[in-house]
Amino acid sequence: QVNDLPGGPAVNQLNLHPPASQIAEQQQWLHWMMLIICLAIFVAVFGVMFYSILKHRKSVGHKAANFHESLTVEIAWTIVPFIIVIAMGAMATRTVVAQKDTSNADITVKATGYQWKWGYDYLKGEGEGIGFLSTLDNSHREMSDAGAPQGDDYLLKVDNPLVVPVDKKVRIVTTANDVIHAWMVPSLGVKQDAIPGFVRDTWFKANKTGDFYGQCAELCGKEHAYMPIHVKVVTQAEYTAWVDGKMKEMQALADDPSKVWELADLVARGEKVYQANCQACHQANGKGAGPIKALDGSALVLNDPAAQIQILLNGAANGAMPAWRQLSDTEIAAVITYTKNSWSNQTGKLVQPAEIVAARK
Amino acid sequence: MAATTPAGSTPYYFVPGPSRHPAMVALGMFFVILGAGQWVNGAGWGAYSLLLGVVIWLSVLFQWFRDAIAESEGGLYSDRIDVSFRWSMSWFIFSEVMFFAAFFGALYWARVHALPMLGNLDHQILWPDFKAIWPSAGGGATASPAGTVEPFQTMGPWPLPTINTALLLTSGLTLTIAHHALIANQRAKTIFWMWITVILGATFVGVQAYEYMHAYRDLNLKLSSGIFGSTFFMLTGFHGFHVLVGMLMLLFITLRLMKGHFTPQRHFGFEGAAWYWHFVDVVWLGLYFLVYWL
Amino acid sequence: MSAVLDHHGGHAHDDHAHDHHPTGWRRWVFATNHKDIGTMYLLFSFTMLMIGGVLALGIRAELFQPGLQYVNPQLFNQLTTMHGLIMVFGAIMPAFVGFANWMIPLQIGAADMAFARMNNLSFWLMIPAALMLVASFFMPGGAPAAGWTLYAPLTLQMGPSMDAGIFAMHILGASSIMGSINIIVTILNMRAPGMTLMKMPLFCWTWLITAYLLIAVMPVLAGAITMTLTDRHFGTSFFNPAGGGDPVMYQHIFWFFGHPEVYIMILPAFGIVSAIIPAFSRKKLFGYASMVYATASIAILSFIVWAHHMYTTGMPVTGQLFFMYATMLIAVPTGVKIFNWLATMWKGEMTFEVPMLWAVGFLFVFSMGGFTGLILAMAPIDIQLQDTYYVVAHFHYVLVAGSLFALFAGVYYWGPKWTGVMFSETRGKIHFWGSLIFFNITFFPMHFLGLAGMPRRYADYPMQFADFNAIASVGAFGFGLMQVYFFFFIVLPMMQGKGEKAPQRPWNDPDGRGAEGLEWEVPSPAPWHTFETPPKLDATATKVVG
Ligand code: HEA
Ligand code: HEA
Ligand code: CUA
Ligand SMILES: [Cu+2]
Repeated sequence: QVNDLPGGPAVNQLNLHPPASQIAEQQQWLHWMMLIICLAIFVAVFGVMFYSILKHRKSVGHKAANFHESLTVEIAWTIVPFIIVIAMGAMATRTVVAQKDTSNADITVKATGYQWKWGYDYLKGEGEGIGFLSTLDNSHREMSDAGAPQGDDYLLKVDNPLVVPVDKKVRIVTTANDVIHAWMVPSLGVKQDAIPGFVRDTWFKANKTGDFYGQCAELCGKEHAYMPIHVKVVTQAEYTAWVDGKMKEMQALADDPSKVWELADLVARGEKVYQANCQACHQANGKGAGPIKALDGSALVLNDPAAQIQILLNGAANGAMPAWRQLSDTEIAAVITYTKNSWSNQTGKLVQPAEIVAARK
Repeated sequence: MAATTPAGSTPYYFVPGPSRHPAMVALGMFFVILGAGQWVNGAGWGAYSLLLGVVIWLSVLFQWFRDAIAESEGGLYSDRIDVSFRWSMSWFIFSEVMFFAAFFGALYWARVHALPMLGNLDHQILWPDFKAIWPSAGGGATASPAGTVEPFQTMGPWPLPTINTALLLTSGLTLTIAHHALIANQRAKTIFWMWITVILGATFVGVQAYEYMHAYRDLNLKLSSGIFGSTFFMLTGFHGFHVLVGMLMLLFITLRLMKGHFTPQRHFGFEGAAWYWHFVDVVWLGLYFLVYWL
Repeated sequence: MSAVLDHHGGHAHDDHAHDHHPTGWRRWVFATNHKDIGTMYLLFSFTMLMIGGVLALGIRAELFQPGLQYVNPQLFNQLTTMHGLIMVFGAIMPAFVGFANWMIPLQIGAADMAFARMNNLSFWLMIPAALMLVASFFMPGGAPAAGWTLYAPLTLQMGPSMDAGIFAMHILGASSIMGSINIIVTILNMRAPGMTLMKMPLFCWTWLITAYLLIAVMPVLAGAITMTLTDRHFGTSFFNPAGGGDPVMYQHIFWFFGHPEVYIMILPAFGIVSAIIPAFSRKKLFGYASMVYATASIAILSFIVWAHHMYTTGMPVTGQLFFMYATMLIAVPTGVKIFNWLATMWKGEMTFEVPMLWAVGFLFVFSMGGFTGLILAMAPIDIQLQDTYYVVAHFHYVLVAGSLFALFAGVYYWGPKWTGVMFSETRGKIHFWGSLIFFNITFFPMHFLGLAGMPRRYADYPMQFADFNAIASVGAFGFGLMQVYFFFFIVLPMMQGKGEKAPQRPWNDPDGRGAEGLEWEVPSPAPWHTFETPPKLDATATKVVG
């Protein structure tokens, strides 16, 4: 049995989500306006039609008239709809302009679409420097495969929600790493494509606290349905506390790129990076699939560290293999080392973070 | 249906009898797309299938045109059908214009929109070192934000493209001379100027082939040279291919002229090929300014 | 040649003994007869409708409940993609070309299409393309799974089937362009004397304009997918930002094709409806000239609205406003058409045989799709609805209840002329009401799903969306069954000649009022050859006088 999810879909919901931002309110209002005008026209037009169908039919003995043109009515029914649609457009114009106005944001967050998760980096404002990935809870993916889903937040639960303060203008800069994704949160009235190699932006200002959910809204490959968005809107005090905690946590985890690693440690670290980023395409067994190249037994992986580093930093095959610059030097070094020492690849070779630092130059 | 017409008069409509050509062309196309699709993915047999398809296609085309020419020379094509051919050729050329428009559009978009955007302030978070300069502004630039494209030099308008422009413009002229000669019923003169036109066209193709070699060898300008290389080669390449086709059309028209086909009044085959040639000419002028100069 | 005119029954061939009427498979494979080629087009498109429909049922079966039951997400995306491609390029477009082949020469009093052999080539080219599309499911990595819109750079991640698909689309495009040239030339140059352009049946007008749209945009699609191909295999960077390209450029090029494409799929439908409504209202079409101008306006406007599919790509505000206003304007000429049809019905003497039912059903349900289109055209609302099931609902209302319903209307209207057999009125009504009801059961709930934010192209969805999805799935199977019924109980009997013999003018009262046009001046079934010499027409160009 399933219940409404506040900030997410309600059971058999008939209309847009309850708005949690002014833009969403305006969108809702515009939608109601359009719905009512269109319904009115629809009822009027088809009222006439059904009247005619009932009265002007042969079976009730109506005899055909033979008029078949009138310039006056043609002009009338050109002008009137013209005015109506222009008026509709005029009502929307203000909102269009407001939606696009991303200036003077309090907080700027970059949302990067990956196959298949979201990465958030706080670029400006309180919390600057925080960055993390946000992935669908694995148990939900498993429920999906098993065909036995449960829970009100099915497919919407992530490990790390995006946290933002209430009543602050948040600018979301979107981009993507591989293919186009779209960042959408219905309650906040935003949907913005995330385009690889380009940045786009949108904004929202939540006017209530709470959890708001959305999903990736641009076909991005097989796991398209499994990269939800969860925005946690909190009070300013809670936000400050969250930022503090997060900063500490990140410091504790940060790697020193000049550290020299032992093979076993680096492979262990690399395995995690591989599972999080590479496995979806290259498979756990490193064999790839379809157009995706195999890493297991690959000559390039076995012999050519420089080329492999370049591919990780810049991508290959016209972006079919995305660039992974956003990973840290340590992570890239680790995952390369992992591929050189897994499956049948037992080279014993090791790539240190310092080499990545050098290659980035 | 031709049979219903008394001998000697052209029919009002011309409806050819059953023909195996269309289905055969489709069969050829089957092997073409099957082969091409496999070949680009590295399956060697794809090339053979592609080749087989093209052979089928060309041989059917040859027979088809032979039939059509026989019908034409046999007096089955009335003035009305002549008009049909004119309409169809015009709209076919229009569709070609739209095909090129897609690539010119891509050039426009990349230069005026995408590239400046990739180099603007917002995009510095992705491409911190990228300066948006269209490569034709200076040698060595790559137009590649990621720096993945090897440095290359651009192809300026001088000298090869300008020579080619002159060749094509002249060929337009010689073709017109030939046309006037045909109308004046001076067949020998027509044929002479047609040969000149064909030779000019062939030279164009040759010069262009040389230009490509030059680009690859000396300038390091390749299909893979970022968006500059993509638009440069795709635009000039498709154009060059059209020149080749147009030249073959003119060649066959010339051969037909030598066989005594066409009359001063009725020579749509000639005109259709000529229109096509002028279209190719105009596209070239667009390329010459937009690709080489700007 | 008046021998073929105005007599009942199908013995018109007698005076054609000299015609070598080919038989067996040669008749079809070597065809140069517009009627035979039209028939092949119609059968081909119906086959594709079935294939595309089965794929749709795959989608609906998977979406019947949340969780993955039958297909994995990759296969799901393949189903969606191939469903869209096959329906658009395999079912709807060829079906209209089939109608054009059958009806245009008959309606303008021509012997055949202008280029009979090229006509057959247009048909046969579709066969390798269709084979390729269907075969792509069996290639390594499966069929293309990037959506029918084939957005870069997702297409770069597809397997070899993507290239097969691209080449297939090239061939289909070539077929469409040749078909369009043929139609344009036929209409411009083959009309019987007296059939002036402004006396021509509207179906011919809508097709003339559609053919222009096709010639203008199919090459652009070819350009877009060619760039995809070279990006995939030849190192170009059209859509690769690392080399200075732009994925959004693909979308601009695609939708420059894509938006006119949707009108390509609806304008001929308008033409069919414009023939049927006057016939069953026993009244001339109201506002003929303004119908022609409205059609042309829709076509012209269709070139400047493409970016309404791209509001969420992050266009500048001026771009959004321009495309919003331009899109909304299309409602004006479309409205003119709706109003003219209404005025045609007004004070008519209507009867509701099956073709008329479909036409009225078309008006009603298509308009709903039109209105949701208008709602989507509003940029702020589209920000909520883009890429949700609301869009899916919108375009099935215009494509299924629009294009497909009009096609059914046309089959019932002209079917007796094609086959010489009347269908069973009761069965036609069952098909109509069944389809109408199941159609709405399938697609109406999708509006709610979309408003509530369910994204399209999703193999699985949150639990809250379960009920509406279940309803939609049930409706889809019902709708599919109705089409199977249509085939076995209406189409097949007519093709086998089982049923009442069709009179020459099945839709006219004894006093002659009803359907008008030259197609009713030839017997049912229309003989193999018609109007071998141009007929003499009366002043309205609807009757043959000599
Ligand atoms: C036959 C096909 C067809 C037709 C006719 C239309 C007609 C229209 N479409 Fe639709 N559309 C599609 C097929 C079609 N569409 C498809 C396939 C897609 C999705 C593609 C994809 O992404 O896969 C799509 C998507 C689509 C979008 C993008 C949605 C998104 O992805 O976010 C938009 C947005 O503007 C839109 C708008 C319109 C409009 C304004 C019309 C107008 O032409 C409608 C005009 C009609 C009326 C308005 C009703 C009748 C009028 C009156 C009774 C007069 C009085 C009315 C007034 C004064 C208001 N369509
Ligand atoms: C052009 C016309 C067209 C037509 C006619 C249809 C017809 C149907 N469409 Fe489709 N549709 C599209 C064009 C069309 N569609 C497009 C362009 C897309 C977008 C693709 C994309 O996102 O890329 C789409 C997407 C689309 C989706 C969204 C998929 C997604 O986002 O993942 C869905 C989901 O329900 C759907 C359903 C249906 C159904 C149930 C029918 C039904 O009307 C089909 C009815 C027909 C049959 C069912 C066949 C007949 C029956 C048999 C052969 C026997 C077996 C039957 C039984 C046993 C019952 N379509
Ligand atoms: Cu990411 Cu869809
Ligand atoms: Cu559109």
